[in-house]
Amino acid sequence: MPQNLNRYRHILDFALASLLRRRARNFSLFALYTLILFLLASLIFFVQAIKREASLTLVNAPELVVQRMIAGRHDLIPLEYAKKISEIRGVTSVVPRLWGYYYDPVFGANYTLLVPDSDQPQPGSIIIGAGVARNQRIKQGDLLTLQTASKTALLLTVQGIYPTDSEILSSDLMVMATDDFRTMFNFPLDKATDLAVTVANQREQATVAAKIAETFPDTRPILRGEMLRTYQNLFDWRGGMLVVMFGVALLAFVIFAWDKASGLSADERQEIGILKSIGWETSDVLLLKFWEGMVISLTAFLCGVLLAYCHVFFFSALLFQQALKGWSVLYPSFTLVPTVDLYQLTILFFLTVLPYTAATIIPSWLAATVPPDTAMRS
Amino acid sequence: MIKLAEVTKTFNSGRDNQFTAVNDISLTIRKGELTILKGPSGSGKTTLMALIGCMARPTSGRILLHDISSSFFTPTADEPTLDITSLPERFLTEIRRRSFGFIFQQFNLIKGISALENITLPAYPTGEHHTVFQKRGRELMEFLSISRHADSPVDWLSGGELQRVAIARALINSPAIIIADEPTAHLDSALSHDFMDSIARLKAEGKTILIASHDPLVYDSTVADCVLTMRDGSIIEETARP
Amino acid sequence: MREFNSMTKSYFKHLPAMRLSTLYISFTIAAVVLSLLMVIHASYRQTAAQRKIQERADLVANLKLTDLCLFTEARYTRHPAMSDSFAPFQDYPGALEHFPSGSLVSPPMRNYATKP
Repeated sequence: MPQNLNRYRHILDFALASLLRRRARNFSLFALYTLILFLLASLIFFVQAIKREASLTLVNAPELVVQRMIAGRHDLIPLEYAKKISEIRGVTSVVPRLWGYYYDPVFGANYTLLVPDSDQPQPGSIIIGAGVARNQRIKQGDLLTLQTASKTALLLTVQGIYPTDSEILSSDLMVMATDDFRTMFNFPLDKATDLAVTVANQREQATVAAKIAETFPDTRPILRGEMLRTYQNLFDWRGGMLVVMFGVALLAFVIFAWDKASGLSADERQEIGILKSIGWETSDVLLLKFWEGMVISLTAFLCGVLLAYCHVFFFSALLFQQALKGWSVLYPSFTLVPTVDLYQLTILFFLTVLPYTAATIIPSWLAATVPPDTAMRS
Repeated sequence: MIKLAEVTKTFNSGRDNQFTAVNDISLTIRKGELTILKGPSGSGKTTLMALIGCMARPTSGRILLHDISSSFFTPTADEPTLDITSLPERFLTEIRRRSFGFIFQQFNLIKGISALENITLPAYPTGEHHTVFQKRGRELMEFLSISRHADSPVDWLSGGELQRVAIARALINSPAIIIADEPTAHLDSALSHDFMDSIARLKAEGKTILIASHDPLVYDSTVADCVLTMRDGSIIEETARP
Repeated sequence: MREFNSMTKSYFKHLPAMRLSTLYISFTIAAVVLSLLMVIHASYRQTAAQRKIQERADLVANLKLTDLCLFTEARYTRHPAMSDSFAPFQDYPGALEHFPSGSLVSPPMRNYATKP
C-alpha cells in the first residue's frame, strides 16, 4: 500500500513540476478557470439563498388573491365581488387589499404604497421601508411630500421605518392609512386593488379558486402555491441574462477542453516517449496526465467555490449588483442567509472538473501506448 | 547472462514494406562482460538491443535470461533461466525496469528539469521512498563527478555532462545490465575516452554491458570482452578477447 | 514571460525545500477543510437567522405581502407573483423587454383552468 501511495506522490511531484515548467500559461489557464467557476458558483449561491428566503417568508402570504382582469390587464376589483365570494362555501374571510405603485419624479424611484388590514398608521403618518429612507435621506419624524393624482401635494410624517433586516420585503414600501391612500390615487370608494381570500380547508384552495373563476369570469385567482412557485422559478436559466452567462461559461470550457483535446504538441509527445523508454508504463503516463488535469481543475473548483461563498454572503454579491439593479433607483440592501446547495455544486463539479480531466487524459492515451522501443529509434 | 536462440524480428509482416531487422540470430551475452555490437547503420543493432533489453518481442525464436530474479520468478537449480519471449507486457516491463538500464544515442533527457530529477525519474513509478532514490541519485552523480550540477536544469549542461547524466539515469534502479546505443556519437575523443573509463568502472562493479557502436574508439577498446559484427540483420563475425 | 518565470522561481527558492506534492496536498486539504467549514458556517448562520426570518414571515402576514422586494424597476418585476404574462409588453403590441431584471424574472406559472 505505501508503495502505491509513493508512486502516486512521485508522479504528482512530476506533474506539478511539469505544470510549473510552463508557469505563465498554466497559471493564466488556472486563473480563468477559477474565474468562471467563481461566477457560476456565485450564481448558484445567490439564487439558492433568495429562493430559500422566499420559501421561508412567503409561506404567510395570502392563501388566495383574486385579481380582476380587463382586456388581459390587471384592473381594480369591485368590492361587491368580495361580498359574493365570502358566500362561497369554504371561504373563511375576504379582505380587500389596497396597494399600488407611486413613481417619485424627484428621485426617479418607484415605491409600493400599501394599506394594511390592521394596525393602520394614523392618517397623515406613514411607515416607510429602509430603502425609501435611504433614497430620500429622511429619518423618523421627518416630513415627506407625495404628489397625488390630482396634482396636489400630500404631506406625510414618517412614523416609523422598517428595520433594515426586513429590507428584502419592505425596502420600497410606504404603509399608510386608507384615507391617505384613496386621496393619493383618487381611488374609487367601491373598488379595491385585489382581494385576499382565506379558505378554511387548505386542500380546498384549488376548488374554491376554480369556483371563483367560474362565478366571476373576469377574475383571476392566484394561489399561494403559485406565488411560491414563481420564486422557485426565479432566475430560470432560460432568462436572457442567464443564457448569456451560461453560454459564455460553456464556450470558455469548450475552449479549454479543445486546447487539451486537440492533441499533444510534439514536445509533449516526445516527453511521453522518453518516459516510456526509461521504464514508465502506460498506466504511469496516464496517471501523470490525470494529475495534470486534476490539479488545475480541482484547485480552480475549490478556490472558485470558496471565493464565491465569500462574495455572496460576506460581500452581498457585489459583482452582481449592477446587473440586478438594472434601471431601478431603489435597490434593497440585504444580507442573504448562507445556503449551500450540495446537489447543484456536485453537478457543477461533474460538469467542470471531470470533463477537463478527461480532456487532459484522453489525447495522451494514444501517445502513452507507444511501444517503448520507438524512443530508441528517434 | 542472456541467451538468444534463433531470434528473428520482422516489421510489417505480410505487407509490401515487410522488413526483417534481425535475422535468425543466436548468441550469448555473458555476465559481467562488455559486449560490443559493431556494424553500419541499418544492420539491426538497435533492434537487437531492443529485443535483448525487453523493449520489444521477437517474431520468432527465444530469449532466455539467466540469473535474473523478479517478483514473480526466482531462479532455482532446476529452472535457472526465464524465458521472456512470450511474457505478458506487465511482467516484461517489470523485468526491464529492474534489470536493465538504457543509454540512448540522443540522451533523451527531459528539458526544463534538473539533472537530479532526470536521473531519479525512472524510479518514480517504483514506489520506493523518495529519500532512498534521491540518495542513490546523488551517489551516482558523485561517482560520475557531476555532483555540482545536481539542481541545474539539463539545458545548461555540456555534451559530456549530459552523457554522464544519461549514464547515471541508466543506473538509478541498480540494474544488472546496461545497454548503450551509439554513446559516443556526440562526443569528442577526450570525452569518448572518459566514457569508456566510466564503462570500465561499471564493469569492475560486476555489471554486464552491451554497447552498439561504429566508433573504433569503442570497439577497439581494451575493455571490451567480445565484439560482434553485424550486417543486414545477422552476425557475421564474433571476436572474443581473452 | 521570462521575468515572470524567474520572479516566481526566486520566490519559491526562499521557501523551505518542500516537495511540490507536499505543498499541493496541504493546500488541497486546507481548501477541503475550508469547504467543510463553509457548510458548517452556513448551517450555523441559518439557525442563528431563524428569529429574523420569523420576523420577516410575520411582516408578510401582517401586511399581506405576496412578493420579495428585489427589482423595483417595473410592476411586473416588483411583484412577479401578481403579474400577468402581458405586463412586460404593456407599452405596445410586440414591445421588446427593456428592463434588465425582466430577463431574470420569468413569467409566473399558472396551473389550472383560467389562462390569461
